[in-house]
Amino acid sequence: MSTQSTPRFSARVYVAGDNIDTDQIIPAQYLNLVPTNPEEYIKLGSYALSGLPDGCAPFVPPPGPRSPYGIVIAGRNFGCGSSREHAPVALGAAGVRAIVAESYARIFFRNAVATGECYPFETAVRLLDRFQTGDEAEIDVPGATLTNRRTGEVFKLQPLGAVGPVVAAGGIFAYARQAGMLK
Amino acid sequence: MNGMTITEKILARHSGRDRVSPGENVWVEVDVLLTHDICGPGTIGVFRREFGPKARVWNREKVVIIPDHYIFTADELSHRNVETLRQFTMEQELAYFYDPGTPGYRGVCHVALPEAGHVRPGEVIVGTDSHTCTHGALGAFATGIGNTDAGFVMGAGKILLKVPETMRFRFDGRAPDYIMGKDMILKVIGDIGFDGASYAAMEFSGSAIDALSIEGRMTICNMAIEAGGKNGIVAPDQKAVDYVRARTSKPFEVVTSDPDARVASDRVYDAAALEPCVAEPHLPSKYALARQRGDVKLDRAYIGSCTGGKIEDFVAAARVLKGRKVAIDTFLVPATCEVALALIETTIDGQSLVEVFADAGCLDIAPPSCAACLGGPIDTFGRTHGSEVVISTTNRNFPGRMGSKQASVYLASPLTVAASAITGRITDPREFLKQVHP
Repeated sequence: MSTQSTPRFSARVYVAGDNIDTDQIIPAQYLNLVPTNPEEYIKLGSYALSGLPDGCAPFVPPPGPRSPYGIVIAGRNFGCGSSREHAPVALGAAGVRAIVAESYARIFFRNAVATGECYPFETAVRLLDRFQTGDEAEIDVPGATLTNRRTGEVFKLQPLGAVGPVVAAGGIFAYARQAGMLK
Repeated sequence: MNGMTITEKILARHSGRDRVSPGENVWVEVDVLLTHDICGPGTIGVFRREFGPKARVWNREKVVIIPDHYIFTADELSHRNVETLRQFTMEQELAYFYDPGTPGYRGVCHVALPEAGHVRPGEVIVGTDSHTCTHGALGAFATGIGNTDAGFVMGAGKILLKVPETMRFRFDGRAPDYIMGKDMILKVIGDIGFDGASYAAMEFSGSAIDALSIEGRMTICNMAIEAGGKNGIVAPDQKAVDYVRARTSKPFEVVTSDPDARVASDRVYDAAALEPCVAEPHLPSKYALARQRGDVKLDRAYIGSCTGGKIEDFVAAARVLKGRKVAIDTFLVPATCEVALALIETTIDGQSLVEVFADAGCLDIAPPSCAACLGGPIDTFGRTHGSEVVISTTNRNFPGRMGSKQASVYLASPLTVAASAITGRITDPREFLKQVHP
């Protein structure tokens, strides 16, 4: 529910790999935290991507609880594994506004949209070697473009379609109310 | 007009339509909403936030709560979460809550749900757990969802679903006795890849599937998600109907695929040619033959979970372990209380499974729960804390999945895990089964 409906935003980029599973996004030992409790929501953010293998740059450096990275760039099958909604919640709570991946596991994609935590953009081009962790990038949400400010390269993303307004509203319930589908 | 697959037929019937096609979005009536201790409290949080503090669930008999993940731990938040479920159950007068610490406790939800008669052919089951796809083994449409979707279902009783295309996997012939459901599904995932069935229904059929027990079919459908599948499904036969009738008196309607149903792909396997296998770290799709990995030295063996902790799984392990000794720490976690009881009551040549495992030098059998399958709180039984190399009957081997990021997990059938426990290296169970059945 952290996403605001800004059509365009800039953030630093964190580059992850293929098959980033939900245990790497939020290790199971933190699933005792309940996302709808505000204090625990913030804590979940502080553990975002803490399951990445040793040697990866820390996604949430101490003291936390927010990450300096607002955009995650990944390869194939991002969010595979568990249906834990803690995964998009942890990313959103850490300050992630958008993920740009070649493909998503379906439950993660749906959870990202349903919660409105982050925009799940898809890219037809593999971007892992076109960005470095720490690069400044800009996303134009309605235009579906990603710009690497360091290199000046502009990448066309797949349009979000019906998913965009749902995330912008802050999730399916907020969207349904805005659209008059729910009281 | 072409026919429909079993998955399409179930979704059509539950959306009030004559037919549906892959790619269509439809509102589907839900028969069972399953949740547990790690996603239940968040689901309840969404339900209350969105429907109001005084809202009632849409149907008190269709919400089934089975705590199973973090049960035997000193972790206070985990206890609080179970208490949240308990309070909610009382407040909402839910019909089905399997409460830890009481005789009603059952254990791992995906084994408990069918055991307790909540899985019926032709129905729609959604659960806040990705392995909800297990229940396709009895011919239901079953899939995993997140808390927000589950919160909606809790209040409204329906869910918007995209009709998946169907990928069909047929196993012809007869599987040898050293091949289990786990070998079959790891072969499929190895072939199509970890995202090879993204958003697809995986339908399993053929004489070797027909020959499997319901538990064997559960092992296969359980891991559909490990290829990205939306659901796994097996057309119900008499065996499935008998299993369900023995556990519930609720009516249900058996649904099967039309012969002329259109599918996205068809793969055919010769079951007789399958060999015992493992999935190497750190993906379930890293397929290798057990006999070609004999150089991998192991620290631990683990038998448990929704995919590998059922009665049949322990019987298989006992076939190998009887009269032999394990060389490494061997952890046994029955999925449910019913399985735990069966370990006492089931005998091989007059010896109970409990005795077989004790004589073999396995660690004391743990109480039923998800335990170390997904790591869990730090005091979880069997959790890895260092660079252990583990062979396990569970369903995932991502980095850190069983606790420690430095650990390496190999997935295998209970037969292969038991054989490997004896030698302390990855071992093809034929090395031992030959001696049992000369």
